[in-house]
Amino acid sequence: MTAVLDRPAAPAASTPPLGPRAPRRRNRRHRLLGAIGVNGLLVVGSAYMVLPLLWLVFAATKDARTLYSGDLFSFGDAFVQNMQTLLAQDDGIFLRWLGNSILYAGVGAVVGGFVSLMAGYAFDKFEFRSKKALYAAVLVGVLVPNTATVIPLYLLAAAAGMTNTYWAVLIPTLCNPFSVYLARVFSAGYVPNETLEAARVDGAGTVRSFLGVALPMLVPGFVTIALFQFVGIWNNFMLPLIMLQNRDLFPSSVGIALWQSQVQQNPEFSTLVIAGSFISVLPLVLAFVMLQRFWRSGLSAGSVK
Amino acid sequence: MTASATLPARSRRRSIPGTGGRAAAVFLIPFFALFAVTMVAPVAYAIGMSLFAERRNGLGFGGSEIEFVGLGNYGAVLSDASFLEGFGRLAVYCLLYVPTLLVVALVLALLLDATVTYARRAFQLLLFLPHAVPGVIAALIWAYLYTPGISPIVNVLASGGIEIDFLSVQMVLPSMVNIAVWEWAGYNVIILFTALQTVPREVLEAARVDGAGEIRTAFSIKTPLIAPALGVALLFTVIGSLQLFTEPKILSSATTAVTGTWVPNMWAYDAAFNRNNLPEAATASIILAVLAGALSWAVTRFTSRERTR
Repeated sequence: MTAVLDRPAAPAASTPPLGPRAPRRRNRRHRLLGAIGVNGLLVVGSAYMVLPLLWLVFAATKDARTLYSGDLFSFGDAFVQNMQTLLAQDDGIFLRWLGNSILYAGVGAVVGGFVSLMAGYAFDKFEFRSKKALYAAVLVGVLVPNTATVIPLYLLAAAAGMTNTYWAVLIPTLCNPFSVYLARVFSAGYVPNETLEAARVDGAGTVRSFLGVALPMLVPGFVTIALFQFVGIWNNFMLPLIMLQNRDLFPSSVGIALWQSQVQQNPEFSTLVIAGSFISVLPLVLAFVMLQRFWRSGLSAGSVK
Repeated sequence: MTASATLPARSRRRSIPGTGGRAAAVFLIPFFALFAVTMVAPVAYAIGMSLFAERRNGLGFGGSEIEFVGLGNYGAVLSDASFLEGFGRLAVYCLLYVPTLLVVALVLALLLDATVTYARRAFQLLLFLPHAVPGVIAALIWAYLYTPGISPIVNVLASGGIEIDFLSVQMVLPSMVNIAVWEWAGYNVIILFTALQTVPREVLEAARVDGAGEIRTAFSIKTPLIAPALGVALLFTVIGSLQLFTEPKILSSATTAVTGTWVPNMWAYDAAFNRNNLPEAATASIILAVLAGALSWAVTRFTSRERTR
């Protein structure tokens, strides 16, 4: 009993009291087994996620012959050669595809992100007629699957003679209802109404108080929205596949898929496909590793309903 | 760096004076102009187009006429055998994919939230990484990992006496489910894990005092408490699964088990670009959109009823 009373005064370092010792040790062993089990399962889960990516890294270092030898995870020595072949193929068309991807995703992320930010801000801060109905339209937009609107978009673009242009891919990506939803959550969380009122008292109009007061507070939210849009557009496949026939306008995803469709006739193409995949995954993985703070906050905001 | 830190409680909204319709319009017009051009107009145009059909004269010479057929295209598409087969495959895919994904994501999120877990942030990052991989490339990587001769997995299994053809007619659908789970599990893990962090510690403490073990706490206390986040994950997973196009399109170049009309989206693509039947392509898209709307409505109803219960 005295030992128990002593404990708060003499923590961890002192020898444990006799009484509670045995169950505590059993408890500890239990805990240890639990820790091994839990962390072990997480290691298995992480391995499932990471090994395919690691395979891509290894595969990018192999020439066609060693690739088809089906070696386990190991480095080949053809990485530099693969990259040279990749960049030389069709007069360096891959760099052009990569540039197109950056153009589509970059413009879509920045311009589309800003358009969504403004709309989300208005839904959070302003009161106006038919606000509910307009916001309901945004939510319906969130729920309609992208692929269901791609063919209608193509039909309309074809009628307007706009297929096979940069605009055909750029314009649809500027409109992202889910970003408006996120922007509204961020605006509510980051921009206190009192600050806006203070700005108004100082004589700032709505546009000026948005640009001068709210926008600086919304920068982290904007980065999050832009990051998700960038990744979404970079990963988009069906829209550019359908809209574009001119290879010079392809983003890297469609270009790589085009090469993949030729692998069956010519297995040499598989090294091109793998090297191209490696290069176009790299910037995204790096972005996710460096911008962890932003995707975490985006996902937590997205799950609030 | 948790959700609550970055998103302080929403300050009670009061309408700020002088922020009526005209001010709001400046901020809303760009978005809704884009919304009208890229969502409303195309869908309206496709609905219009789905009511007409192109009738070719004679042997395809002498041009063609456009005539109004009412819901005729809908009848034609919905009775087309290959479209219905695609729909059946999509249904089986959803039934396999949605529960698998949610269970995998939930279990991983609960593991991350367990008290004995080390290196939470590192695990989160590793689990999330596949989401950075474009769908095309995810499908390509797995297509290679399924191909005998290249794949280390197939080779290892074969040396252990197990012969599996991941790209055979029977296996290709589960193989595709695996690709989608790989792409989306981490994303949902983070959503569910964030929700788990908001479970009040007192509740967990009370459960511990009552003698509930860690596993029991995870499934009978934490899981019901994050039902709203599970509902959101369910909703987006269902919508996402209806989009199925990229993975089968890529796998169709790796195996003959995936045909050109394998799922409804591919059917619509085939109708538009191989058969040049734009009205039927429009019709198929509208059917899919309506189905997605109906399903998400049902999911929302279902999850909100569960919550109020």
